Amino acid sequence: MNVSTKSILLASALALASPALAAAPEGVALADDQTFTYRVLDEHSSVDPQIVEDVSGSEIVRDLFEGLYNQDADGNLVPGVALSHTVSDDKLTYTFTLRPEAKWSDGNPVTAHDFVYGWQRLADPETASPYQWYVEVMGLANAGSVMAGEAPLEELGVRAIDDHTLEVTLEKPMTYFPLTTTHASTFPSPKWVIDEHGADWIKPGNIVSNGAYVLTEHVPQERSVRERNPMYWDNENTVIEKVSALVINDENVALTRFLAGELDRTEVPAGQYPALKEEYPDTALSFPRLCNYYFNFNLSENGPEATQDVRVRKALSYAVNRDIIVENVLQGGQSPAYTFTPAATAGFEQPATDYSTWTQEERNAKAVELLAEAGYGPDNPLSLTYLYNTSEAHKKVAIAVSQMWKQTLGVDITLENQEWQTFLETRGNHDFEIARGAWCGDYNEASTFLDLVQSSSGYNDAAYSNAEVDALLAEAKSMDDPQANYTRVEEIIAEEMPIIPIYHYAGVFMMNPAIVDSWPVQNVEQNWYSKDLYKVAQ
Amino acid sequence: MLSFILRRVSIAIPTLLVLLIISFWLMQTAPGGPFNSERPLPPQVLANIEAKYGLDQPMWKQMVDYLKGIITQFDFGPSYKYKDRSVNDIIAQGFPVTLHYGLISFMLAIVIGGALGIAAAIRQNSWLDYFAVGITIGAQVLPNFVMAPILILVFTLWLGWLPGGGWNGGQWDHVIMPVIALSTSYMASIARLTRSSMLEVLRSNFIRTARAKGLPDRVIIWRHALKPTILPVVSYLGPAFVGMVTGSFIIDSIFSTGGVGYFYVNAAFNRDYAVMMGLTFLLGSMTILFNMVVDILYAWIDPKIRL
Repeated sequence: MNVSTKSILLASALALASPALAAAPEGVALADDQTFTYRVLDEHSSVDPQIVEDVSGSEIVRDLFEGLYNQDADGNLVPGVALSHTVSDDKLTYTFTLRPEAKWSDGNPVTAHDFVYGWQRLADPETASPYQWYVEVMGLANAGSVMAGEAPLEELGVRAIDDHTLEVTLEKPMTYFPLTTTHASTFPSPKWVIDEHGADWIKPGNIVSNGAYVLTEHVPQERSVRERNPMYWDNENTVIEKVSALVINDENVALTRFLAGELDRTEVPAGQYPALKEEYPDTALSFPRLCNYYFNFNLSENGPEATQDVRVRKALSYAVNRDIIVENVLQGGQSPAYTFTPAATAGFEQPATDYSTWTQEERNAKAVELLAEAGYGPDNPLSLTYLYNTSEAHKKVAIAVSQMWKQTLGVDITLENQEWQTFLETRGNHDFEIARGAWCGDYNEASTFLDLVQSSSGYNDAAYSNAEVDALLAEAKSMDDPQANYTRVEEIIAEEMPIIPIYHYAGVFMMNPAIVDSWPVQNVEQNWYSKDLYKVAQ
Repeated sequence: MLSFILRRVSIAIPTLLVLLIISFWLMQTAPGGPFNSERPLPPQVLANIEAKYGLDQPMWKQMVDYLKGIITQFDFGPSYKYKDRSVNDIIAQGFPVTLHYGLISFMLAIVIGGALGIAAAIRQNSWLDYFAVGITIGAQVLPNFVMAPILILVFTLWLGWLPGGGWNGGQWDHVIMPVIALSTSYMASIARLTRSSMLEVLRSNFIRTARAKGLPDRVIIWRHALKPTILPVVSYLGPAFVGMVTGSFIIDSIFSTGGVGYFYVNAAFNRDYAVMMGLTFLLGSMTILFNMVVDILYAWIDPKIRL
């Protein structure tokens, strides 16, 4: 564990002792209307905690259900159903003390058994959850064999000591384990409701949940509405009465409806942030997100010969003027990337990779030199294909980068775009030369990114394999301070350049000024909870 | 007449079956699958999910099971993407929506389009004709994906008269813009078809005879010219009706109406096989049904067809 992660856990330990705080600070004049209406791009996949897999679904699930811990506005852990936990000396056993007053929306108490049921349900092959693998990310004992159906569910490393004590056993020590308990798939589930209604248990009218809100309306592809849960243990400190998620596919239409006052929050369409910021300075917001955007080289045997040469990979990476991409192409407050892991990641000190300290002229000069060394030039021009999934924003980046490569290095790039599913298949089969990649962290710790460059990672589309990287990352799991390992892995990535980091994301929103004060802009995972929001009188 | 109808029905059923089989095969052979995502699922997880939905079976078995589910229980299976709902749920929720705004659009398109076409034909080369032709050409070339956002801009943002989207159980103010955006191009087609058909009929010998007899214009138009005029229009109305009541991807996605049009296109992108097939069945059977209705209407209007 590094210093900052330690401080997070320390801070959370302190928070565990303090009494629950009201969402709105004292002295703030609240608006009469406390409804929050926001736009989502697409219909959510599910509101079942163990089934949900998309961001907009998880946002709803975080309001409807509550797990062991929540996150505060800065992304630190604060008590949810769990008041606190203790760790055994061998760092394998975590014992959580649960809040005795926590209730389900039907009045039943929330017990440790509900968590055991939820986690077993997640691991159960019968549930067929797309997030089943999360029990392995959490490092629960026997996760692998339970997932495969080889061991009974009871063998999973979680059990109820009594109604309000939950004991978790890990396969091996993993210092960031508590951070994984804010994920929607770890929330408790009401067995009696699922037994009664089966797959229909998450429909309004049937659903019973333990969060600050209950689902009251759901019209697919139009809206879903959640309203205050009077049984919620902290209901008296909750301010927002009603939250509506409206499905609006077209971001420009969503912006129009925001400007007409129908929405409190919507995304800013690509490229429109500077103009909107000028016209609506209090409404247009940009803040760092826990996501990266990069290009994969294909290092598998299907890949082109040219990019097997590290000098070619470095030349192509150096010749990308990232400042132009973020300032002139994206224009939404994104930051240029010279490391794989975003700087915003908690407890991660971004190492200064060598090329990040150079000027673009120096990078270009070095790129030209490296490419010539590798034997490519006017007599032997390099041509490659760049593959991305069909989207205006990706196209803009692709065109800009291919121009940079053409002008600086004389490299000819053929741009190819494919519809999403076809793209995933092509890229997954390593049937490309260079392909777009992007990743948003599952939890706020550098391993959620760096694990992707492990040889065994399912998302290692570059087919990159480096024994030292694998060893460093494996070792980092149980280290108190893995920063040195992370720094070394980033250095290796910069030396071998299996991927080209392009930029780190920003969340770019139009937000009703009444709600901006309570919006957790510092939470880079953007795990927000409606119970912590409030609207101030304007 | 009865044997004519029976003959049509006996062709319709195999047509539908062939449609389903071809769609099923096409969909399964498209690259990608319903459970691909940015990070591929671990093989164990994918295997569990595929087993749950029967996707681990050979294709012929899946197809047979699928058809069996439809025939025996009218069950179109679960959605792979929207896991809280079955395909039956999606159709039950979305089809009434598209039916609602589609029927209104259809009525509007016939009444206004037909009236405009007839008026233009009767007063050919007058200002009314030029006006009608101008309007219809304009309406036909303005695609609804351009018109819909403009409507929202004008009526929601500038004037503040109408909500910019949503359905709200079909409340009238949520229906107006989808209806305008959907019906305009159909209206224009109907107007142009009616106009040209009417002009042709008005030049024919039997109308000249009627005029020679000294019949008033009103009687000529309504009693003699109208029936032959609407024949080509009727053949257009069948597909147009199906097109409108099964919704539109553009309308559903821009106005967030929750209709089946959006689900259909999106299901193809998501490889949500069951939703895709269920909606293909719905659209296919409606298309076949209404083409049949048109044929029957045709035969009824024009006895020559029955021969």
